[in-house]
Amino acid sequence: MEPLQLVTSIVTPLAKKNVDTDQIISKEFLKRIERTGFGKYLFYHWRFDESGKEKPDFVLNHPDYKESKILVAHENFGCGSSREHAPWAIADYGFRVVIAPSFADIFYNNCMKNGILPIRLPVHEVEELLAKPQLHVTVDLPNQQILGKDGSLYSFDIDSYQKKMLLNGWDEISLTFLYEENIAAYENAQNSKTAS
Amino acid sequence: MAKTIIEKIWDQHVVVREQGKPDLLYIDLHLLHEVTSPQAFEGLRLAGRKVRRPDLCFATMDHNVPTINRAVIRDQIAKKQIHTLADNCKEFGIELAGMDHPDQGIVHIIGPELGLTQPGKTIVCGDSHTSTHGAFGALAFGIGTSEVEHVLSTQTLWQARPKTMEVRVTGELGYGVTAKDIILAIIAKFGIDMGTGHVIEYTGDVIRNLSMEERMTICNMSIEAGARAGLVSPDATTVEFLKGRRYVDNEKFSELEAEWLALATDEGATYDSVCTIDAAEIEPFVTWGTNPAMGSGISNSVPKPTDYADESDQLAVAQALDYMGFEGGEALQDVSIQHVFIGSCTNARLSDLMEAAEVIRGKHVAPGVRALVVPGSQTTKKQAEELGLDQVFLKAGFEWRESGCSMCLAMNEDVVPAGERCASTSNRNFEGRQGTGARTHLMSPAMAAAAAIEGKLTDVRNFRAVGV
Repeated sequence: MEPLQLVTSIVTPLAKKNVDTDQIISKEFLKRIERTGFGKYLFYHWRFDESGKEKPDFVLNHPDYKESKILVAHENFGCGSSREHAPWAIADYGFRVVIAPSFADIFYNNCMKNGILPIRLPVHEVEELLAKPQLHVTVDLPNQQILGKDGSLYSFDIDSYQKKMLLNGWDEISLTFLYEENIAAYENAQNSKTAS
Repeated sequence: MAKTIIEKIWDQHVVVREQGKPDLLYIDLHLLHEVTSPQAFEGLRLAGRKVRRPDLCFATMDHNVPTINRAVIRDQIAKKQIHTLADNCKEFGIELAGMDHPDQGIVHIIGPELGLTQPGKTIVCGDSHTSTHGAFGALAFGIGTSEVEHVLSTQTLWQARPKTMEVRVTGELGYGVTAKDIILAIIAKFGIDMGTGHVIEYTGDVIRNLSMEERMTICNMSIEAGARAGLVSPDATTVEFLKGRRYVDNEKFSELEAEWLALATDEGATYDSVCTIDAAEIEPFVTWGTNPAMGSGISNSVPKPTDYADESDQLAVAQALDYMGFEGGEALQDVSIQHVFIGSCTNARLSDLMEAAEVIRGKHVAPGVRALVVPGSQTTKKQAEELGLDQVFLKAGFEWRESGCSMCLAMNEDVVPAGERCASTSNRNFEGRQGTGARTHLMSPAMAAAAAIEGKLTDVRNFRAVGV
């Protein structure tokens, strides 16, 4: 997983609440057995019409946001299906940070496993960000801050364990293997309980 | 100290607890399917890792299998995904109920059917509707593919301790009101993100009186309330359901029974939050919008954006109405439908099929309506056929299919065309869920069956009175 420390970019405003993972990556793209290449399908039915042409009204198609690495949306982002194809699509498209007042639990976890930083901010701060369509910011994970080019400053909370994982880009499975003895001990205790 | 079942199961499964970290939780049962597992197995191969406990894994194919003419999978990418699961199960020694296996079915239907699902277990699957298994008093939750890989290699997961929530259903259920109506009403009342960060325990006399199948319907949609999991404390109904099932250690059944019943939430245990709903206020429910909280009793009308005070709600409702082809204010009972889907991990068990068959017996599907019954498993299909239900459906003009997820997410060929409406017993009415541009109305099997006969959304309570 690619470590994440500082991310500087224009902020893409997606002023919708309850954006579900079916919208982030539609089911017809879930049949692939690879982990990469999902970026071109991100928000497919919002981005493209039936003939595959870009819909000019959709925010991701606006030229200003083509290189954006930071997405902002309303409450409960990523609800619905557990499909990790959703964060794969977000990361592959180029976003490293998603900001919203709240996230669905599974999606939030899935982001963390893929080097995407989900940031929870209070509703009024998210609304401020959404209201500044040309805002460039730097997301500073070590200091847990978002610094706007216009001088605005937002602080955010993140679990210390998840922060460490993101900052270092660690592979969680390798870390868990360090606890192999504990796992084996747990299994032995269970086995002797069942056998008794 | 008095504990909830959630805390009891959690504490029994903690392998490592350290300051500043989530708990390392042991996983008792890992269910797998073709869509969310291939990248996890590939990860194992790339890192040279093996599956730690293949004996605690069980796989099936459900999401993109055809429900008709299984010999030919026309979609080559789906075909590859299905074959990849078979290859992976063979390579890593995992038991598989493949497409032609008599146990094949929707993963959340066959787990309980086979007795793999048991009280007190931690159960995961790369699928959000894993919450279904909570009906047995198991702690069951959906995970992403990275976590699937983590469980395959270590049989554990790092998990933050969830908050607990009690959802209490009091009073008495009215005539014609089912488990599906209860859960849709709960989500509509408390919101699509009511359960974020929580595990829900459903309590109250109404829940106690439900069958296991009905409890599964409710727990299944816990994820639609945003909860990590939903469960019901085990009782005599749970025990009775599991007796004699294939993967239950029936020789030690009385010991198991005692263990299971001891898991129930202690008298006086408290939750982080509590929501209460009176069953008397619930009528047969349908959704009108593009998320499961956008629903209403059938006697009501489609709302207008101006019915909402909050500006972002007004916008969300306006967008939903636009997608659904409503102006707002239409009576729900006047809404014509072109498709009916009776199936999915929410409502494709034998009791669901019986409930629908009772409504349609001796009647016929309305002209212009295409109606599908997709049993939740091949076992369910066989049982239904033994009862003659297939004939009841076929005579009424329904199609009778092989089991799978089918039109719930339309990954196979069972798709609703753009702009057309489907009365569906599934769990999600998101934009494009049943097909690009398709409009989904969620409801119970009885309500969907009645809609098939009438060609429009209808109140099954009147329907029965007139139709018998």
